[in-house]
Amino acid sequence: MEKKGLNKVDLIFEKIEPKEVLIKAFKMTSAEIIQNILESGLKGRGGAGFPTGLKWKYTAAEKSSEKYIICNADEGEPGTFKDREILDRVSNKVHGGMAIAGKAIGAKNGIVYLRGEYRYLLPKLMIELESFHKMIKEIGYEFNIEYRMGSGAYICGEESALFESIEGKRGEPRNKPPYPTVSGLFEKPTSINNVETLVTAMMILQHGAKNFIQYGTKDSRGSKVFSVSGDTPTPGIFELELGMTVQQFVNEFGDGDTKAVQVGGASGFCVPRKKFAETIIGFEGVPTGGSMKLFNSSRSMYNVLHNYLEFFTEESCGQCTPCRVGCQQLLLGVEKVKKGEAKSTYLTELVKLADTMKIAAKCGLGQSVGNAFKSIVGNFREEIIY
Amino acid sequence: MYQVGNLVKELSDKHGRLRESLMPILQEIVQKHNYLTDEAMVEVARELDISAAEVYGTASFYTFLDTQVKGKYVIRVCKTITCSMKGKSDIIQTLEEMLKIKVGETTADKQFSLIETNCIGWCHKAPAILINEMPYTELTPEKVSEIIKDYMQK
Amino acid sequence: MINLLINDQKVSVQAGTTVLAAAKKLKINIPTLCNHDDLCVAGNCRVCVVEQKGARTLIASCATPASEGMEIHTNTLKVRNARKHIVELLLSEHRADCTKCYKNQNCELQTLANEFAFGDHIFLDLVENKKYNIDRSSPSFIKDDSKCIRCQRCVRTCSELQYISAIAVANKGAHQKISSFHDRPMSHVVCTNCGQCVNRCPTGALVEKTYIDQVWDAIYDPDKHVVVQTAPAVRVALGEDLGYDPGERVTGKMVNALRQLGFNSVLDTDFSADLTIMEEGTELLVRLKKALVDGDKKISLPMFTSCSPGWIKFIEHKYPEFLPNLSTCKSPQQMFGALAKTFYAKKRNIDPSKIVSVSIMPCTAKKFEADRPEMRSSGFKDVDYVLTTRELAVMIKQAGLDFRNLEEAKCDSIMGDSTGAAVIFGATGGVMEAALRTAYEIVTGREVPFGNLNITPVRGMDGVKEATIKIEGCVDDWKFLEGAELKVAIAHGLVNANKIMKKVREGKAPYHFVEIMACPGGCIGGGGQPIPTNMQIREKRMKAIYAEDEHMVLRKSHENPDVIAIYKEFLDKPNSHKSHELLHTHYVERDNY
Repeated sequence: MEKKGLNKVDLIFEKIEPKEVLIKAFKMTSAEIIQNILESGLKGRGGAGFPTGLKWKYTAAEKSSEKYIICNADEGEPGTFKDREILDRVSNKVHGGMAIAGKAIGAKNGIVYLRGEYRYLLPKLMIELESFHKMIKEIGYEFNIEYRMGSGAYICGEESALFESIEGKRGEPRNKPPYPTVSGLFEKPTSINNVETLVTAMMILQHGAKNFIQYGTKDSRGSKVFSVSGDTPTPGIFELELGMTVQQFVNEFGDGDTKAVQVGGASGFCVPRKKFAETIIGFEGVPTGGSMKLFNSSRSMYNVLHNYLEFFTEESCGQCTPCRVGCQQLLLGVEKVKKGEAKSTYLTELVKLADTMKIAAKCGLGQSVGNAFKSIVGNFREEIIY
Repeated sequence: MYQVGNLVKELSDKHGRLRESLMPILQEIVQKHNYLTDEAMVEVARELDISAAEVYGTASFYTFLDTQVKGKYVIRVCKTITCSMKGKSDIIQTLEEMLKIKVGETTADKQFSLIETNCIGWCHKAPAILINEMPYTELTPEKVSEIIKDYMQK
Repeated sequence: MINLLINDQKVSVQAGTTVLAAAKKLKINIPTLCNHDDLCVAGNCRVCVVEQKGARTLIASCATPASEGMEIHTNTLKVRNARKHIVELLLSEHRADCTKCYKNQNCELQTLANEFAFGDHIFLDLVENKKYNIDRSSPSFIKDDSKCIRCQRCVRTCSELQYISAIAVANKGAHQKISSFHDRPMSHVVCTNCGQCVNRCPTGALVEKTYIDQVWDAIYDPDKHVVVQTAPAVRVALGEDLGYDPGERVTGKMVNALRQLGFNSVLDTDFSADLTIMEEGTELLVRLKKALVDGDKKISLPMFTSCSPGWIKFIEHKYPEFLPNLSTCKSPQQMFGALAKTFYAKKRNIDPSKIVSVSIMPCTAKKFEADRPEMRSSGFKDVDYVLTTRELAVMIKQAGLDFRNLEEAKCDSIMGDSTGAAVIFGATGGVMEAALRTAYEIVTGREVPFGNLNITPVRGMDGVKEATIKIEGCVDDWKFLEGAELKVAIAHGLVNANKIMKKVREGKAPYHFVEIMACPGGCIGGGGQPIPTNMQIREKRMKAIYAEDEHMVLRKSHENPDVIAIYKEFLDKPNSHKSHELLHTHYVERDNY
């Protein structure tokens, strides 16, 4: 399997004036923009990793007088904070990426859905948005962006839940199909992309797809921003080339005593020390939307798991049975096992339940609860029981 | 209890009377009054011509759209894993002692409410809290007590 | 057409057909729970998951449209294990006191548990760790959150069919629940007590409040004289709870059964339905005269019917400015109640305080109606206990009656006579048709100009129906109506009522008379009728209602001998002083939350 070392990159936060890229992009046809993104192999940076070029292609193919480009800034995955940093530092590139995406799919309106926890950023973003609007007007292009705020609901990061929220409803994921590219916000064709994805797409147009594919691996092209936290001497935001192993990551960020890394947040996977060397961070190994949490040997993995399960029990939207009840059962179950009120073999039943949740829950939230559960229980069974 | 007066009407004029106007209206009421009274929700339902149960159902989905009494300053302490690992409990203890309330409660003078919340996106600077919309990070008991003292004097 | 394979069998379906419906076409049964024929797709219980070849996850068959070349398997090990888990999960949040539950043996969760979750439960009981609310505040129904499995059928019913949304989904995660506005008691919110949610709840989370024991107590109290009335829609649906197919008429057996249960007098709401036509028809004609001839601006038109207590509460909450448009006539149930303890008591020489008046209704809102403070014009509570069709079936079972082999019997006299006009009150459009049969004849001296008295334009399941009747050849008293076009409208289901009311509010409703029934299909689809309900079942009941009408000798309200007699002996004439005292009522404005 193709591997890369740990290489720091400066693409996302690179200070550029989007104006030049936009002028270039607006001269291109929709198909040309999409072709560039397809060639780059860019996959969504929010965590799910759907090929961005395909998403744009599907949305572009829909015939509709109204389409939307949505920037998903509902960054709620525990351990990720890179979208906040991107919006804080280079919002004009986010707005620029939206305008390019809009050109690609044929949308004149964009909405940034910003999580309520980041409301403090809004006054500054409004000023920056105003100058952005002015700038593209100067170029002679028509594209309008507005901000809609979340109000504290992790599930609204799920694309269809996010649409529901913008529409003024409870953020409950919809049945799919139809997919957003066909019927998204207000039942119009919609491309919804993560903050970082939009910036990356813009940078691909700036530097060219050929340049971009020099970075990363076959399945995980380019670089991405990692949010590093936990037991590390150097927590923070780092843009790294994709394709490194967890071991290489730990060598850089660990405190010398790292026993596990949670890749991808609460909905991601726990990688134990013995698997550091063999696990690649990316779509060929463990994917991540950026969240990287390090745990050293002073930490109880039971506490980590318990914290995640409490999180999901509260943040499940509650509409589908596997997720609403399953999360409660997993939480109560590990508590009972820990207290000795249930046999340790009950963990096996809970793992089966996690498997059911993975295939039977309505949306990505319920489907991914099992990731952390199974990887923590599987690798740290003793810590859960004793 | 606060009086909604003409606020809901003004906000409906500003944000519109469609279902999609609901969130911005509720958010702005909460920004002004910290929480949603029953009266406010009934008024919103009337303006938007939707049922009050729907307004309540929607509001109660969102952690930040409180339907219970909240103080002028709502302190949200992040309880997710990194903050939890990095001293959240000490922060809570300090806050409880200073404000003389427990988590989930509001001070008698309706100045402060103390609640726990899920990840607020400051894991690299844990522990972190929000006071209304402002984040405060890399907290220690000393630091947080200074911050609260400032708020007490506001 | 779309071609797909389900369990290796080929099937072709129209585009847009769900996998569930495609499987049904092959007679492959996929269990469901949140799915209901009357409601939009939710896809939230996940009981109906099936395996699609090539898909990463299972798919909800109720929510997934069939697509070309799809290969579906409904009964793989993966599917069965997931389904078992899902049913077990639902059971773990459900207070399963089945043997004590009113819905025992008529519970969809219980049926699924029988199939998938017998033996030891896998999961921990969540119910014991939670505080649940059991809301008994409504006189019509009980909302028991400990039995709720969050399928949201009730929520969809209340919003899609009834436009009320008295209940909605609140909170999220483990705390998610079905809630009224800020958890207020159901008696204090916009709920109309229509019971449509009760009809669609798959478990015992929403059930009618039963008064069966109180009625038995009264029957066995030697001091009491217990009279019973049965609404027209009951006789075409009761059979469903006693082993008959939908659409069977069991009128005669029902009357016999009531007598065998021990009621002292078995009477008929049909009688007071006919009386309603006399009163309401007259009220309409008087309103028309005042408005058209006298130019009285205070007269409110269109006039709305007032038989449906769910509709009454709806307008009281949502359109109180139109309360003057409501007919002041009490519903047939309440007219009957007021007369039972006055006229009937006098005729039979019984102390009215000893009379217990029971009504059997297709309706849960009738329980609320009987409790209204306005409904005591006899000096007593006019109707003491209201039982649903379902509760009557329970009593018949409790008494061990061999219902199928009972002789047919007829109602007692005095207030037991009936006409076809009264019978059709049970179906949407029926009150309108009955009113037209009588009013047209009063005004013109001739029968309505429709073949065999069947006024077909007002019949059927369309949500809103409109008709215009040209009035010609008036008798002298009603000459002012000569050539007039009487415009009428009919709505059933409150979502349709709301459509009409919106038009009325906008001043765009040209009607003189509007019939509104709260429930889909009218009373035959009432909240107290046998469960399950769906369009096919309601259509069968409706057909039975019209068949009952056709079989009656008398088919016009003003020909009911008991009605003729009561005006002669007691009430004088329609809208008389006495009538107003006993048979008319007023309404109250209510909060809209």
